[in-house]
Amino acid sequence: MRITELFDKGEFVVTAEVGPPKGVEIDHLIKDAHEYLKTRVHALNVTDNQSSVMRTGSLATCKVLKDEGLLPIFQITCRDRNRIALQSDVLSAALLGIENLLLLTGDYTTLGDHPQAKPVFDLDSVSLTHAVKRLEEGFDLAGNEVDGTPPKFAKGAVVSPCSDSVDVQLAKMEAKVKAGTEYFQTQGVYEPEKFFSFMEKAKQFGVPVQLGVIIPKNVGMCRYMNANVAGVHVPDDMIEELKKDKERTKSGDVGVELCAKIIKECKDHCDGVHIMSLGWENRIPEILDLAGVAPVK
Amino acid sequence: MLITQLKSKETIESLAKGKTFIINCHGCKEVYFAEHEADTLQKELCEAKEVAQIVTTDYICNPDNLALQLKKHKDTIEACDTILVFSCGVGIQTVADMFTDKHVYSCCDTYPLPGFQGVTPLNVDCGQCGECYLNFTGGICPITACSKSLVNGQCGGAKNGMCEVDKDMECGWERIYRKLEKLDKLDTLKYEPKVRNYWNPNEEIEDKQ
Repeated sequence: MRITELFDKGEFVVTAEVGPPKGVEIDHLIKDAHEYLKTRVHALNVTDNQSSVMRTGSLATCKVLKDEGLLPIFQITCRDRNRIALQSDVLSAALLGIENLLLLTGDYTTLGDHPQAKPVFDLDSVSLTHAVKRLEEGFDLAGNEVDGTPPKFAKGAVVSPCSDSVDVQLAKMEAKVKAGTEYFQTQGVYEPEKFFSFMEKAKQFGVPVQLGVIIPKNVGMCRYMNANVAGVHVPDDMIEELKKDKERTKSGDVGVELCAKIIKECKDHCDGVHIMSLGWENRIPEILDLAGVAPVK
Repeated sequence: MLITQLKSKETIESLAKGKTFIINCHGCKEVYFAEHEADTLQKELCEAKEVAQIVTTDYICNPDNLALQLKKHKDTIEACDTILVFSCGVGIQTVADMFTDKHVYSCCDTYPLPGFQGVTPLNVDCGQCGECYLNFTGGICPITACSKSLVNGQCGGAKNGMCEVDKDMECGWERIYRKLEKLDKLDTLKYEPKVRNYWNPNEEIEDKQ
C-alpha cells in the first residue's frame, strides 16, 4: 500500500524511523517493530546509511520488514549512488513490492564514519524526485523507455520548518512539489509556534505534511543537536525541564512527556506525525497515548 | 586552460532585458574566447536590443582591476538594468559581486582543458562545468559556492546560514536566495528540475578546433 492512499482518506498518518544495524543481526529490530510499532504506526521509515555511517542497506531491510507484514518506507539519499544506481534501486524497490519512498539529498560524507569516501551527489532530492516521476511515466532520465508497466510509488521528501532560513526551505519545498513530491515529513520540531507559521505558508502547496519529532532523551543530546543539527533547536526552557528529569529519575520520562506535548499541540495543524526515536522505539506507544493519537489497527 | 563557449543566440537575446551594458574579457592568454562570434553576435544585439555600451577589457576576475577599468563607465552602468558578461565563470561572478543591484548575466559556458588554469582570485571560483548556472542563481555559482554543488536549491544542512560541511563557509544557496531576494528576482528559482551533465564535453570541443 502507498501511504498517499491514507492521506487521501484523511487519516492522521503515523510513521516511525528505524535504522538498520551495522551488521546483519536484524532480529532485534524486527522484534521491536512487532512489539511496539505494528499497531501504532502506519509505516516505518528505513534510513539509508543515516548520518553517513555505513550500515546494512535500506532496501534489503525494507524487504525484510515487508515480509514481516509491516509497511516500509524506503529512504534514498543521493550521497552514495549516481543516477544509474539510484534509478536501478528504485526499480528494484518496485520489483520487491516496496511502494513508499522518501527521497533525500543526504548528509555529506565527512559527517560520518567514512570521511574519506567520495561524495556523489550526482542527483539531489529534487532531480531524484523528477527521475522517479519519469520512471512512473515509463522513461528513465536519459529518455529511454522502461519495459512493461511502469512502477508507481508514494514519493515523499523532507523539509525543515524550524530552519533559521525557513524562506529558503519553502522555496526548496516548492521545487520538490513541482518535481512530484506527494507528501512531506519534517525535520524534528521543538518549537510549535514556528511549526504553525511554517504550516500557514506550506499549505499553499496542497501536499500533506507530517510533523517530525525527535524524542529528546536528555540534556546532552539536546545541546548536541542545538550545536550541530541543522534545522533543530531545542528551546532553553525545555532543556531546563529535562535537567529536572536527570535529578529525579533518569528515566527519560520527561523527554517522553515533552515529545507527546509537542505532538498534541501540533496535530491539528498537520496531516500526521513522524517519530524519530533513535533507539527508543519502546517509548513510542506511550508517547502516542499521551498525545492522544489512537492505535492504527 | 579554459574554453569559454558562447551560449545560444536565443539565450543571450533573452537575457538582454532593458538597457544593457556588455563586458568582454580578453584577459588570460590561457583562455580560448570566441572573439569573432561574440563580436558578430554583439553587433546583432545592438540592432535588436537597447545596448548602452560594449567594453572590452582584460582580467575582470581581479576586482581592483575591474573597478579601475569600469571607472569611466560608472554613470552608464548606473543607468543600465542589465550587464551581460562574456568571460569565464570567475569574471562573471566578480562583476555580479561588484554590481549587486544589477542583473548580471553570463553569456558563456566555461569548460576546462588540462593544464594551467589562469589567474584566479580567491573569493570566487568557477567549476568549469560547461553549463553555466550563474543566470539562474544571481551570479553566485552553485557548483563552487555549495559544498554539494547542488543545482536545485538548499539542502537541509545549513545552520545559522553556515554550511554543514565547512562551518566557516556560508551556505551558497542561502547567499543565492538572499541575492535574488534583493534583486526581486526570486521567481528565477522556479525552474524545472535541473540534472547536471557530466558527459565530458572536451572531446567535442577539441574536435571542433
